[in-house]
Amino acid sequence: MTPPSDQRYSDAAGSHSGREHPGAGVGVDAPVRSPRPVFLDLMGIQMPVGALTSIGHRISGVVLAASVPAAVYLLGLSLRDEAGFAQVTALFGKFAFKAAAVIAVWALAHHVFGGVRHLLSDFDIGSPLRVARRSAWFVNLAGVAVALLAAGVIW
Amino acid sequence: MRARFTGLKAWWVQRVSAVYMLLFVFFLLYSFALQPPRAFPQWHAWMARPGTSVAFLVFFAALLGHMWVGLRDVLLDYAKPAALRRSLLALVASGLLGLGVWLLSILFWLA
Repeated sequence: MTPPSDQRYSDAAGSHSGREHPGAGVGVDAPVRSPRPVFLDLMGIQMPVGALTSIGHRISGVVLAASVPAAVYLLGLSLRDEAGFAQVTALFGKFAFKAAAVIAVWALAHHVFGGVRHLLSDFDIGSPLRVARRSAWFVNLAGVAVALLAAGVIW
Repeated sequence: MRARFTGLKAWWVQRVSAVYMLLFVFFLLYSFALQPPRAFPQWHAWMARPGTSVAFLVFFAALLGHMWVGLRDVLLDYAKPAALRRSLLALVASGLLGLGVWLLSILFWLA
């Protein structure tokens, strides 16, 4: 992706020409006189892998939080009596429930792997960019791998 | 709404609860791999064991604390108008309190 090469950056201030962030290239910190609206090249913007891991951590957290009430309901039902337990086990035969379970497993796996990555970075482990990129790839792929494994076990 | 887990306290709640929940997941996977709960009496008896009940009780506390810190972070980032943010935070807080009461009642009826 090439940074936009237009005249917007050649202003009187001059000192802040946006050349410090050649990768950003979307004029976020363009000088004050930049014309509005700014049209972002959406197809040209690519998130670095760590950003995917990060937003995935947030999304998976919200997914998990949203599924907690259902999980609590099922736990209570399964512990109420024989009939309740049978109801819960019968749910595992339904496609929609299996699909929801696989999504929940992905969310849990991604959240846990991403969380461990955060904990390690608390201790300054894995901070150099190359290592951080590699562990981000690991988190993203391992989350999906665990979800596929769960799908294999459930079906 | 007085103890709101903010700042460094929130940081600790998030991390301590995360580590406990990670250990708890291993405990759960190990127990289910060893003896999958196939029938109600066995499942109920396992849950009613003091060790299991206490492990679950601590897990629920960790889960609710972790959920509060995480959902609070998300709301602080995206719910910009102060009134909206305040009411959403209150909604989440009361929802979590409700979940806590619900979970306690589940554990209570086991005994």
